[in-house]
Amino acid sequence: MAFTTDEDLRHLFRRAGFGASPSELELYRAVGPREVLNALLDFDTIPDDVDAKIGQPGYARVMVRGEFKPNTNITDARQRWLFRMLHTERPLQEKLTLFWHNHFATAYSKVAGAYGSSDGTRLMAAKPSEDPVRQEGQIELIRRMCMGPFDDFLVAMAKDVAMLVWLDGRFNTKAKPQENFGRELMELFTMGVRLYVEADVYAAARVFTGWNLRRTTSGAGDPNPRYEFSYNAAQHDTTAKAFSFPIYPDGGRTIPARSSADGLQDGIDLIRAVASHPETAKRLARRLYGYFVSEVNPPDEVFIADLAAAYLQNNLSLRSMVGRLLRSSPFHDAANFFSRYSWPVEFAIRAVKELGWIGFNVNDVVNALTNMGQLLFEPPDVAGWELGPGWISSGAMLARANFAATLTTNQRTNLLAEARPHAQTPEALLAFMLDRLSCAPLDQRAYDDLRGYVGSTTWTGSDTQVRNKAAGLAHLILGAGEYVFV
Amino acid sequence: MKRTRREFIRESVSAFTIGLSAPAFLRDLVEAQGGGAPRNLVVLFLAGGNDALSTLVPYTDPFYYSRRPTIAIPAGQVLQIGTDSANTPLGLHPNLPSLRAIFDAGRLAIIQRAGYQNSSRSHFQGTDTWGTATPGTTTGPGWLGRYLDTLPLPVDPLIAWDALREVPRALVSRTISVPAIPSVSGYRYLSPNSGAEAALERAIAERISSHVPVDRPHLAFVNANLQTAMATLDRVARVTTYTPAATYPTTGLGQTFQTVAGAIATEVGSRIFWVQYGGFDTHASQVGANGAYPRLMAELNAAIAAFYADLEAQGLLGDTLLVAFSEFGRRAYENGSNGSDHGAAGLMLALGGRVRGGLYGTAASLATDPQNPTLENNGGDVHYETDFRSVYARIIDVWLGADSTVILGGDFRKPGLTFI
Repeated sequence: MAFTTDEDLRHLFRRAGFGASPSELELYRAVGPREVLNALLDFDTIPDDVDAKIGQPGYARVMVRGEFKPNTNITDARQRWLFRMLHTERPLQEKLTLFWHNHFATAYSKVAGAYGSSDGTRLMAAKPSEDPVRQEGQIELIRRMCMGPFDDFLVAMAKDVAMLVWLDGRFNTKAKPQENFGRELMELFTMGVRLYVEADVYAAARVFTGWNLRRTTSGAGDPNPRYEFSYNAAQHDTTAKAFSFPIYPDGGRTIPARSSADGLQDGIDLIRAVASHPETAKRLARRLYGYFVSEVNPPDEVFIADLAAAYLQNNLSLRSMVGRLLRSSPFHDAANFFSRYSWPVEFAIRAVKELGWIGFNVNDVVNALTNMGQLLFEPPDVAGWELGPGWISSGAMLARANFAATLTTNQRTNLLAEARPHAQTPEALLAFMLDRLSCAPLDQRAYDDLRGYVGSTTWTGSDTQVRNKAAGLAHLILGAGEYVFV
Repeated sequence: MKRTRREFIRESVSAFTIGLSAPAFLRDLVEAQGGGAPRNLVVLFLAGGNDALSTLVPYTDPFYYSRRPTIAIPAGQVLQIGTDSANTPLGLHPNLPSLRAIFDAGRLAIIQRAGYQNSSRSHFQGTDTWGTATPGTTTGPGWLGRYLDTLPLPVDPLIAWDALREVPRALVSRTISVPAIPSVSGYRYLSPNSGAEAALERAIAERISSHVPVDRPHLAFVNANLQTAMATLDRVARVTTYTPAATYPTTGLGQTFQTVAGAIATEVGSRIFWVQYGGFDTHASQVGANGAYPRLMAELNAAIAAFYADLEAQGLLGDTLLVAFSEFGRRAYENGSNGSDHGAAGLMLALGGRVRGGLYGTAASLATDPQNPTLENNGGDVHYETDFRSVYARIIDVWLGADSTVILGGDFRKPGLTFI
């Protein structure tokens, strides 16, 4: 199924991307539904050249402090990621990267605490092609694998250096097995709580003994040490590990004793087992449903089973599951439009895309995200951000409204130019702005309030009047409860 | 655990909209509800699981030293504060000199071994339990939220002041949306316009958020939070003009305490404050020159010292009760990385002008005997002696003047627990 209306098209881009700008909407309308969906999903066919647009005219700005260093400065890394979300031609890739960033919820501060701010940033966000020793930051790994087979993705995450720091895998030794990663692998990354027992946690800790990391330098003072996963055979617990759930396709629940040289296979076996567990398939389906379809309307269990099957029957392919989801009836059901609480990042980028970015600096988003409750690369804990209503408080709502004030102040002049042809009457200006900003439907009272705001003084259509009212209206809409929903 | 947390919040959305049918958002209720001497309750939540055995040290227990060879506080460094009712000598962490001074002045009560049966070792479940005050139940309003629900309607939302960005479970209420005020300077309403145009915009924003769409509970929930923001902005802004009578540290905690003192002193109407101080999950590097725990204690000491001195100088100490606790204590023995893992019972602190100071309850013996009744989990963790709800009950009955049996759903009053 594909979209049939303009509302559906906008919905698609609010969910599979970060909203659509007026010019993007025009383009997508001309291309046609099937091609648009295909291009969203098969983003590998589209050049990944968004970073080259940083600093170019026609795009949002970044704040440069001396030099722009997104591989070694965390603020610049945040700016680069926000810039990508805003200007990428592969919106689904960035949207999924954000999803998995929350799923694997690794905080920069702990990594920086271990290795300093520069290397901490490298381990979170370095692009291998720009790093002297081709270090790959966690977010780059996620971007690369966000649609891949989930077992491969998990193995890569288990070996990711930032993850080895975040969940203390680097300290996991035979004498002192570290439970942190093994527990979260089962509880948060795959099956979910209540599907394993405490003894499984202890066994999982032993499975990953010796999954440590190595830091190599070219000598003292090397500014670019290389960090990599290192299987430390001498620190691996070689005894058998028994679990309460099947590890092998034949139903076997015990990872056999292995020589230390072969011990790395223990972790691979466990990861493949939990990745292909039917409850993992369902849990991923539910989480993706919440992210792409609705947090308000619960999923039909048949639909969840269908999504799980798409995953389990296609070698744990996330692409299969996401593709099935975006082509599904529930996704395109108008009852699910505006039935999610936007994450602060989604809120801010959508506002910029819809309102305009010429002259706008993404650094202003970085600053506002802290107050809105979602600083990138800094989830509050291993469970990620508190989603849905958890985003909402009086302080967080003021932060959203105040970000909208920053943006609309910045765009006053641009808005005047764009609104002028639509400003013959207060109603026309209001209609223009409501078309431009895709908020949940306003009821009559809210509409009348906005209408009252535009028409508070005799309408002359002067530049001063249009400038003030267009900016004020945009601020009111972006700051309204209706715009929280996406 | 994540799942249950989200379920809880979802439930609170639907629970909340029931209360919305009442006109709960009136601005000028401060005077109406402020009759009599106002009493302020400040809750300081030490997030992450405070290592109670490093806060209050049983410095003559040989097992304390044998089980914590690296992280134990040397006996010669503790700040001795006497013995508890079982004659166990105890001392505060060396970085808590101001707390000792308050203790010596008889204004600090320390409740030892506070916790509950089958203590959760999970941060999330533990925090939920202390929030709902119902072990095993992770849904429904929090204990302070239930107290707020007993107040006669309409209730001024600024009756409670949450210094976090999120509303903690303890403050989730059915009738009011407690304001989250992480920073006073950021708690304002900006506009792309100025003057009358900006004022009109704010008035319109207030009106839009005042609509209660009965068939859209999620939108109603968001609007209620916006309404709370709009209804509290101006009074919160008053706090920026506050001049304290003590110098607060520039730490986040210090600044938050200054804000709380300012809100009390400028009489914005808040009676219940929630302050959170994180970083207590000291699995590693707990001690040493750059150790986490000494820094936590030093910052805590400095912030409370300033708050106490400020309130005393303002004549507000007698009207204020500060209570501090954490979601669990930490393991009796240290781990392999100079830290300690999740344990069970912890301690609670109560401090203020009307507090009857001293040591309440008895310290655990850390003897490794698996049958040691003061420990649990094969002698690994401290077993609780005082149900934390008994402390809540005393606060609710004596300080807030409500009925703890109603709010806590049972009689948790404990004879002798008369710290206020």
